[in-house]
Amino acid sequence: MKKDLKLYDYLPWDHRPKLRWPNGAKLAFWVAPNIEYYEIDPPSNPLRTPWAKPIPDIVPYSERDHGNRVGHWRMMEVMDKYGVRGSISLSVALLDHHPEIIEACKDRDWEFFSHGIYNTRYSYTMTQEQELKIIDDSIENVEKHTGQRIAGYLAPALTHTEKTMDLLAKRGILYTCDLFIDDQPFPVNVKEGKFISIPYSLEMNDIIVYNSYMMPPRHYAKMLKANFDRLLLDGENSGTVMCIPLHAYAVAQGHRLAAFDDALKYITSHKDVWVATGKEIAEYFYTNYYDEYISAIDNFNNKYMR
Amino acid sequence: MSRPPIEQKENKGETLNEDYFIYPHRSYGMDHDRYKWSLLKDRKPIIWPSEKKIALWINIALEFFPLNMPAKPFKALGGTVTSYPDLRHFTLRDYGNRIGFFRVSNAIASAGFKNVTVALNSEVAERYPYLLEYVTQKNWEIIGHGINMSHLSYTGLDYKNEDENITSAIEYLEKISNKKLKGWWSPSRSESWDTPDIIAKNGIEYFCDWINDDMPYEFRTSNGNLIAMPHQHWISDAMCYLHYKHKEQDFIDQAIDQFNFLLQETKKQGGRIMAITIHPWASGQPHRIKALESVLNYFAESNEVWNANGYEIMQHWKKQQ
Repeated sequence: MKKDLKLYDYLPWDHRPKLRWPNGAKLAFWVAPNIEYYEIDPPSNPLRTPWAKPIPDIVPYSERDHGNRVGHWRMMEVMDKYGVRGSISLSVALLDHHPEIIEACKDRDWEFFSHGIYNTRYSYTMTQEQELKIIDDSIENVEKHTGQRIAGYLAPALTHTEKTMDLLAKRGILYTCDLFIDDQPFPVNVKEGKFISIPYSLEMNDIIVYNSYMMPPRHYAKMLKANFDRLLLDGENSGTVMCIPLHAYAVAQGHRLAAFDDALKYITSHKDVWVATGKEIAEYFYTNYYDEYISAIDNFNNKYMR
Repeated sequence: MSRPPIEQKENKGETLNEDYFIYPHRSYGMDHDRYKWSLLKDRKPIIWPSEKKIALWINIALEFFPLNMPAKPFKALGGTVTSYPDLRHFTLRDYGNRIGFFRVSNAIASAGFKNVTVALNSEVAERYPYLLEYVTQKNWEIIGHGINMSHLSYTGLDYKNEDENITSAIEYLEKISNKKLKGWWSPSRSESWDTPDIIAKNGIEYFCDWINDDMPYEFRTSNGNLIAMPHQHWISDAMCYLHYKHKEQDFIDQAIDQFNFLLQETKKQGGRIMAITIHPWASGQPHRIKALESVLNYFAESNEVWNANGYEIMQHWKKQQ
C-alpha cells in the first residue's frame, strides 16, 4: 500500500486562474442520478462483502429495486419540472435489465456515464486487464444502446485500484467523479493523455445525507440550499461547481420528494447559474482552462514546492 | 440496517478469476424469478371504494423481544444490546405491550379510524391473551409476525427449523383467534430463499416483507402466488426514532409529506396506499404519542381517505386486476 497515489497537484484556491462559465455564470450546476442495479446474489470479491446480512438480504435489495420501479420516474418528473437534465452514473448492465429507464433518459437528452457493470461488482484486486475490460464493456454497451460515447466515470460502489485513473485516461474518458478534493474541476495526473476530476459530492449525496448522517428530508433541502448559496457567493471570484448526486431509491421515496422539489426550485430560480451536465462542464474546462491550470500548477510548483 | 457495510480489508494478494466478469443474469427484467419487472407508473389505475384516492392502512406491531436473543444472524431493530440480562431494553420493548399499545389504540379511536392490521408475534398472544381478546373485540385484522423477535428466517437456518417456526406461529394464532390468517410479516423483514414458499404453503395470501413497490404486486412461490403488499418501512416509528434517531416533528413531517405526495400522484395515476407502521414501544411513549395523534388527525381531516385493513385493501386491488 502507498501513502498517496499522487493523483493531483496542490494548487491552493488563491493561486488559481479565474474561472467563468458560459454567459458569465458563476456556478455550474449538475445533477447526477446514479441508476444502479445491485445483484441479489453476486459473486464474492475478497475485499468487499456485497450485502450486510445473509443473502437474500431483501431489505436493501428491494429498497434499491424501488428506485427503478417507482422512484426513477418521480425523480425525473421533478427534474423535468425545473429543466434539469441528468448526468447518469449508470450500472451498465441496467441497459439490459431496464431499457425503459434508458429510453426515457435518452428522450430527455440526459448524459450517460459509467458506474461499472453492476454496483455489486467491485474493482478491488482487479488486474489492469480486468479493469480495462469493465471500462471497455461500458464504452461499447453504452454506445450500442444510447449512441453516446461515455465521457465520465464513477467507480462501481466507489471501489478503485491504484491504476483506475490511468486506465480511464488511456481509454479517452474525459473526467472522473471519484475525487472529492475541490469545488472546481482539476487536472488529474495520469500516465498518458489528459484527465480531470470534476466536483461530484459526497456531502450532498442523498445516500450519505439520509443513511450516514441520517438527516430528515426537510433538513436535506436546507443543506442543499446552504451548499448552493455559498458556492454561488464564492463563484463571484471564480466559478464553482455544485453537484447533487442522487439515487432514486433514496431521494424519490414519497416522504422525501417534496424536499428535493423545494431545493431544485430554489437553485434553478437564480441567475448566474449554468445548469449543465458533467460532460458539458468537463469539455468547457478542457477548452478554456485546462492549459491555463497546467501553467498555474507549474508556476506554483516552481515557486513553492521543493 | 439499510446499506451494505463498508469494510476495510487487507489485500493479501487475492485475485479475481474470470467468473467475476461473467454476468449470468444480464438480460431483460430481474435477476431472480420471484416477480416481474414492472413500472408502477404503467399499471392499471386502482379505484378504492367511494372513489377515495388513498387507502389508509394502519399497522400495529405487537412484539416480544426475549432476554436471550441470539446475536446471529443479527438482532432485530430494538433487540437487546447489553450483557445478559439486558433488562433495560427488554422492559423498554415490553412497555409497548403493557402501556404503549393502549395509548396507540386510543389515538386511532380518537382520530375516528376503525380498521387496523395488527402483526402479532405468536408469543405475545401466548403471554398476553388479553391483547388478542382486545384486538378481536375491536374486529381488527390479525397477521402473523413470527414467534418472537429472535426467531428470524435467514439463509443458514435449515429448512425444517424455518418451516417449524413459521408454521407453529401461524397455527397458534389461528387456533386461539379461531380465524384463518391471511397476512404475514416476517420479523425484521428477514427471509431465506424459502420463506415465501413456506408462508404460501400455510395458506397465507399476502405478505409485507419486500419494500420495492408502493402498490401490491404478484409474487411467485412454489405454492402459488402471494401478493406483496407495500408495508411502510422507512417512516415507521421504529425506523424514525430508533434507527434514524429523528425527532417527533420529523416523524410528523415525513408522514405528512408522504401522504401529500401520494395524494398528488393519484391525480395522474390510480389510487395509492398510505401505510403507517406503529410499534407501541416506540410511538406509545408519553412524549411521542402526540406525534402519532397529529399524523392520524391529519389523515382524518382529508376527504380522500378510505381506511381499511390489509386484507380488504389487497382484495380490492385483486378484484381490479
